[in-house]
Amino acid sequence: MKKYSHLTISLIAVATGLIFAFLLTLLTGKNPYDLLTALVRSMTGFNLQNIGSFNITYVLNWFLNAVPIILTGLSVAFAYRTGLFNIGGEGQIIAGSTAAAAVAILFDLPPVIHPIVCILAAALAGALWGLLPGFLKAYRNINEVVICIMMNYSGMYFCSWFTKRFLPIDPNTNERTISILKSAELPQVFTSTTSQFNWGFLVAIIGLFVFWFIIEKTTFGYSLRATGFNKEAARFAGMKVERNITLSMMIAGAFSGIAGAVLILGIYKYGRIFTTFDNYGFDGISVALVGGAQSIGVFLAGLLFGLFKAASGNLQLFNIPKEISELIQAIIIYLVAIQYAITLLLNKINMKKNKNQLENKVEGGNTSCN
Amino acid sequence: MQLIYQMFPLALMSAVPLILGALGGLYSERCGIVNIAIDGTMQIGAFVACITIIFCERAGISNTIIPWFALLTAILSGMAFIAIHGVASIHFRADQTISGTALNVLAGGLTIYLCQILFNGQKQTDYYAMTSSFTKINVPILQDIPFIGPILFKNAYITTYIAFFLVFATWYIVYKTPFGLRLRSCGEFPQASASMGVNVTKTRWAGLMFSGALSGLAGAVLIMTTSSYYYIGTVHGLGFVAIATLIFGQWNPWGVLAGGIFFGFAQVLGYFSSSIPLLSGLPVEFYSIFPYIVTILVLILFSGKSAAPKASGEIYDSGKR
Repeated sequence: MKKYSHLTISLIAVATGLIFAFLLTLLTGKNPYDLLTALVRSMTGFNLQNIGSFNITYVLNWFLNAVPIILTGLSVAFAYRTGLFNIGGEGQIIAGSTAAAAVAILFDLPPVIHPIVCILAAALAGALWGLLPGFLKAYRNINEVVICIMMNYSGMYFCSWFTKRFLPIDPNTNERTISILKSAELPQVFTSTTSQFNWGFLVAIIGLFVFWFIIEKTTFGYSLRATGFNKEAARFAGMKVERNITLSMMIAGAFSGIAGAVLILGIYKYGRIFTTFDNYGFDGISVALVGGAQSIGVFLAGLLFGLFKAASGNLQLFNIPKEISELIQAIIIYLVAIQYAITLLLNKINMKKNKNQLENKVEGGNTSCN
Repeated sequence: MQLIYQMFPLALMSAVPLILGALGGLYSERCGIVNIAIDGTMQIGAFVACITIIFCERAGISNTIIPWFALLTAILSGMAFIAIHGVASIHFRADQTISGTALNVLAGGLTIYLCQILFNGQKQTDYYAMTSSFTKINVPILQDIPFIGPILFKNAYITTYIAFFLVFATWYIVYKTPFGLRLRSCGEFPQASASMGVNVTKTRWAGLMFSGALSGLAGAVLIMTTSSYYYIGTVHGLGFVAIATLIFGQWNPWGVLAGGIFFGFAQVLGYFSSSIPLLSGLPVEFYSIFPYIVTILVLILFSGKSAAPKASGEIYDSGKR
């Protein structure tokens, strides 16, 4: 049986997801052309139903939405390369958000340095939230998925308590902290637009590079990958498997924590008291799976899912429930999960094609004989 | 004492969806399939039960039938929904955690999408009258037994007794019938059961269907005892707590019952903390966090001798020895 590249599988999954979305809009009595318009508008800024209108804000918002999920995608991908499933992104983001907000409010540091310190604090908090699942997986062989989910809820309640207890709460709403210091904010890149697109995108790009460098270019990354391929073989080769698993989960947590910091410093600009999850961590799972847990793949998949997120406003504008993007996402994850079926299908199609070609050739041979 | 009388019925009420969800997880894990889609299935069950009630109300159907009919549709929808997971994990060698994640995302998106289609762009369903759902009952005669009467048979929902019965039924099916033995063998060592003539594919499908039915039921019971409309936060991660309950109960129905009641108490403890002198000083978050921390501790405690089915989550390859 022929194997297919991850790119082929991902493209088929994405295409199927989109086709399904169009069918669903049709089935539920909506106009699929509206869905297309919303997606194109979020991507290019052009409105298909009003040719000539162009708004760069949409494009910037697309990139803005891609930044956090590229980071959570890196988080899931990093753990995945070591054979771990990091479903704890939500808790790690919340820990990171809270740490970033705390540093951004309580400490007075010069600009440029301040956001960097905030981001480092967030990375540390995220890593701390990844420590327990990694450690327990490594040394006690406890399923990291369950611990991660427990850490998500623990993180949400713990951070909500922490924020209420130690950070100054905005007396007007009682639902968030006061604004963070101006020096800690990630400023807008293009101040002339209304888009909140900020310098946080640099963080994502550095993250992509760091991911690629650690995984592909260092001995440590090599031993992480070896652990992911075959734990016992890696142990036999003298690699410290337990330490690798723990560290990998911590680094994954750090990536998610940074995503939280970028959201707080760039978009919200105040500390949040979380009562639900934002699903950035779950988006990260889709991004990592579709991106094949590769740096460049995560970048492209992050842009794709960022588009779906960014399109939600436009979708509601055209009267299509924005949850359709979640449906597309679910189908894509599902198809990536059953890539075995896709491979089987592609093989069948190829076999038919080859058979046809063979038959044609035979016919050709006959004619030449005559 | 008065406090226990007040707390116990509430704790039981919150325990029931967890027990049912955990029993659902028990069937699928016992047959060798990791099912983290319990949360999603509960959402589907809750949503379907809710819209069944609403549309039956509008059609003017008598409200003695409506709740039972809602339970039935929820069970069927749960089975249909989990079948998606079955196709992936039984036939197409999918990573079961990833497929389950897809289902969880799908459930959240699908239910709210349909809410907006069915209810004029609202992000939630319309309300239904409490009378079209189950109401609290007092069991005659039994409620007069001292101590046990007030805590078990007063102000209780009939669904609580259904759950108790299902715990017993599950224990009987899984441990006392040939089907249960096959189910468990498929979760421990499917190749060995195949060599004894057990059809692994069929057995796993059966286990998964039980799982979907129970998780759908869990969602229906949740919404019908605690709410009168569906929105995205109806299930609020209880499916994951149900998985925790399953682990806490060490994959055993009686353990699940104990775990469910324990987590039920943990959930309602927050409401009553102010009247318990020892606990009144603690912040509310402490009570919310409590079940999750306990689960982690239980996992650490049992990690050496975990009773988890050995082949759970493994892709079944009949050629593997």
